[in-house]
Amino acid sequence: MENKNSKPISSFEQRVVDFTTKLIKYKKTVLFLSLLVPILAGIGFSKLKFNSDSKIFFKEDNPRLISYNKMENLYTDDDNVLIALAPKSGKVFTKETISAIKELVDSSWQTPHSVRVDAVTNFQYTRADGDNLIVSDLITDIDSLTDEALLKAKEIALNEPILFNRLINKDASVTAINITCKIDTNEAATPQIVNFVRNKTEAWKTKYKDIDIYISGNVMLNNAFSEAGQKDGQTLIPLIFLIFLVMIYFFTRSVTGSLSTFVIIIISISAALGVSGLVGINLTASSSNTPIVICTLAIADCIHILAAIIAYMKTGKSKNEAIIESIKINFVPVIITSLTTIVGFLSLNTGDVPPYADFGNISALGMTFALLFSLTTFPALLALLPIKVKVKNSIDVEKKGFYNSLSNFALKYPNQILVTSIVLLVISSVFTLKNQLNDEFIKYFSKSISFRTDSDFINENLTGVYSLDFSLPAAGEGEINSPVYLNYLEKFAAFAKSQPEVVHVSSFSEVQKRVNKALHNDDNAYYSIPKDIKEAAQYNLLYELSLPYGLDLSNQVNIGKSETRFGVTLKEVKSAQMIDLATRLETWLETNTPKYMHAKASSLTLMFAHIGRQQVKSLISGAILSALMITLILMITFRSIKYGLISIFSNVVPAIYGFGIWYFVFGYVNLGMTAVFGMTLGIIVDSTIHFMSKYLRAKRELNLSTEDAIRYSFENVGRAIVATAGILCVGFFILAQSTFMINSQLALITIIIISASIIICLLALPALLLKFSK
Amino acid sequence: MYNLKSIVASILFSSLTLPASFAQDRGLEIAQNSDKADIGYKSSESELQMILTNKQGQTSTNLLKNKTLEVPNDGDKSIIEFNSPKDVKGTKTLTYTHKSGDDDQWIYLPAVTRVKRIASSNKSGPFMGSEFAFEDLSSFEVEKYTYKFISESMVGTEKIAIVEMDPEDPKSGYTRIIGKFNLTKNYRVEELEFYDRKNEKLKTLTYSDYKLYNNKYFRANALNMVNHQSGKKTQLLFTNYKFGINLSENDLTEDNLKN
Repeated sequence: MENKNSKPISSFEQRVVDFTTKLIKYKKTVLFLSLLVPILAGIGFSKLKFNSDSKIFFKEDNPRLISYNKMENLYTDDDNVLIALAPKSGKVFTKETISAIKELVDSSWQTPHSVRVDAVTNFQYTRADGDNLIVSDLITDIDSLTDEALLKAKEIALNEPILFNRLINKDASVTAINITCKIDTNEAATPQIVNFVRNKTEAWKTKYKDIDIYISGNVMLNNAFSEAGQKDGQTLIPLIFLIFLVMIYFFTRSVTGSLSTFVIIIISISAALGVSGLVGINLTASSSNTPIVICTLAIADCIHILAAIIAYMKTGKSKNEAIIESIKINFVPVIITSLTTIVGFLSLNTGDVPPYADFGNISALGMTFALLFSLTTFPALLALLPIKVKVKNSIDVEKKGFYNSLSNFALKYPNQILVTSIVLLVISSVFTLKNQLNDEFIKYFSKSISFRTDSDFINENLTGVYSLDFSLPAAGEGEINSPVYLNYLEKFAAFAKSQPEVVHVSSFSEVQKRVNKALHNDDNAYYSIPKDIKEAAQYNLLYELSLPYGLDLSNQVNIGKSETRFGVTLKEVKSAQMIDLATRLETWLETNTPKYMHAKASSLTLMFAHIGRQQVKSLISGAILSALMITLILMITFRSIKYGLISIFSNVVPAIYGFGIWYFVFGYVNLGMTAVFGMTLGIIVDSTIHFMSKYLRAKRELNLSTEDAIRYSFENVGRAIVATAGILCVGFFILAQSTFMINSQLALITIIIISASIIICLLALPALLLKFSK
Repeated sequence: MYNLKSIVASILFSSLTLPASFAQDRGLEIAQNSDKADIGYKSSESELQMILTNKQGQTSTNLLKNKTLEVPNDGDKSIIEFNSPKDVKGTKTLTYTHKSGDDDQWIYLPAVTRVKRIASSNKSGPFMGSEFAFEDLSSFEVEKYTYKFISESMVGTEKIAIVEMDPEDPKSGYTRIIGKFNLTKNYRVEELEFYDRKNEKLKTLTYSDYKLYNNKYFRANALNMVNHQSGKKTQLLFTNYKFGINLSENDLTEDNLKN
């Protein structure tokens, strides 16, 4: 391989040789010590927690999180489970279905942490009875329920703004039970609630086979985050181990070599996760796939070292000599390529989304351990285990035909290649910017996660899963009953309803109108805001005193009666449109209501809608910083400012190509993909390093011409660069199978970018070198 | 406070050794004694401040006036008059508590000068957005619960009995209430723990600032209700307790509510 190089050994290289010799001598001690690391890290494992709260995607000082939390403190919590029920007959209002629903409603009150259960059957039907106000469940006595009564109940439900398009659809064919829960920071709450609801609904379903069940809501969203993480952990991680084991064997034809590589990967991953646990990093759906990333990237280090050992052994060197030689030539490249990868991952820390900083940090830790172990444990392990290699008399019969023609092509048409690259760059830049940010949290999950399909059904057939909430202040304590305030609410509700994205609006004014009518003998003329604040306040008092356990107004009215909650349910629309709707509603308030009523929308939906944009903004600085640092590392490695600068082209352009191509793949960019630039930068730079270092060695040490130096690079590392890229693509292809779409799309674009980087590295980079070395 | 170990020990002890009938009898006896201690007060009135506090610590205060008439052989009759918030000033509720069956309730709305009956199904609902349910505020009647004596222990110089009370009424918001009765102080209630319909701990009501009136009747001047699930609190502060006021059954009728 490198035997053309007859240069005397440098003192640094001598030290590496001494180091490796000692490693081999004390291999058992090294192995013992390196086994201690994962054992110690195992202690950290016990502290490793999976956090599925959707709020962890937001920093504590995120203003939208603050206002969301404030809202939760003012009113009953927002955490809910929405159980949609679709009778196969298409009729909700039959005696059988209604009694089945009532049964499920009753058992839903038993849900752990539940504080409220809303359904069509227990809707607080408010009406007049002579001079009295009657407030009762819409469905009271099942046994004496006549067809007539059912028809009437259906009529009432369909005409009730609180229910229509929320808990009953327009055909009265799908209904829902909404369970409001109080979770706070209780980590065990989500699984407890989900288990209870699933067990209950499953038992219920065996009794009522003709009713289909779909379950969504915030609690289910949280659960989906952990379910996606677990599902991936159970399927993808074993799969990647298996595939890589086979691949390494295929590349090296050495069983012990493959197994040793495998050991390095396992201890690197466990050490990384263990340390993460020790320092208190929580796993999330975004970071639970770090083992796949670490595995994919760590393999490259080992393969470089192992391939060289085997190559040296083929030339007749003893195993230990081969190990020493291999470490000698790989020491610096392995360190530099790992270092750049680590820098890339660490750049995610500037982001605004903690799980992605964690993702970056766990991966960076994994890479650090992989670097450490592949330079110590790996050679020690190989020194201990037998490696059988057939000595070949003729050196290397590698097929270099392809790479020769490739280098000839690059050398023949440098101008054309450069012009094409730059034209493509301009075009890609245009389309990169055309990608729209979109973070609809339902679409974070693949269709193999029931939360996704159930939420899709609910969106299509009943109501919306996305929502916007406002807490609208009145002029002061008790002022929510003032006709002025209530009339503004009415107008705002009318405006909100007229917006194309809106499915349902819940406004306190609806309650007041309903009560006013009921207190005036159900006269439709009084389905309006009471004329006088005292009247409204006293009606409201009476109404409140009439509501049963759990169905009070605390989810709508604050304790001082100075603010009410205004809820807007949305159709399935893109994030940009959600933000636009929120702005439209906020602007309406600003232009049409007194100053005290001005408020900002806040909801989980909206927080996610903004998350991508915020993340991009905050990651830009990190990306620039890491690009600069990596360029600096390259300048030092190459001992040249010029070559450092040239490398920027091959490091940065692939990502732009990737996002340009992405526009034609999906056209939408989500939260996960904002991490791509930092991550891929550190990865694709490796091929540049390999190519450039061989090129420089040929020029500086072998005194070859630029053309020959390029050919030398192609001959020596062309195949390795393509092979490594192949491994990376396989690894990320497996990650692309993740049920968590933000991971899977991140993997998909990474594959595109890596592929683009190969083309740039093997065509544009040589062309650039040719242009600038003269 | 109470020695937790001894409470736990006595719970274990009692459940192992006490026959069920004894636990019931002893529980009932304590409840009856507690009820008896109040017999003969005839009538009382007081002013009260209701302070609502949410999870963030924001508060809102309502001022109320309460008049209660003792009715021999049935539950008490009482009137609550609202003095603030200003828009409900003058609103009054009238409650007839019954030993068995639903209580009767009416409300007078001064804005429309009308009296309306309040549906009886509401007893478990909150009172004016507070953490008190209607049923927490109505008078204590022995017949409304079944009892289970749990334990008895000395706390300082006072003998405290812990009794479980299970509401008879299916419309109650609770599966059970754990009460602490002070046997040394005429069986007065020190604390109630409310368990919701899914048998999770919902609220704790602490009685404090007890005063002895007419040398016989203990009245707590501060009731503090904490909702463990929502993190909200409601305090009731009583002032100007008066006993034996001029109050007759005639004053406590639907018709007279308007006056």
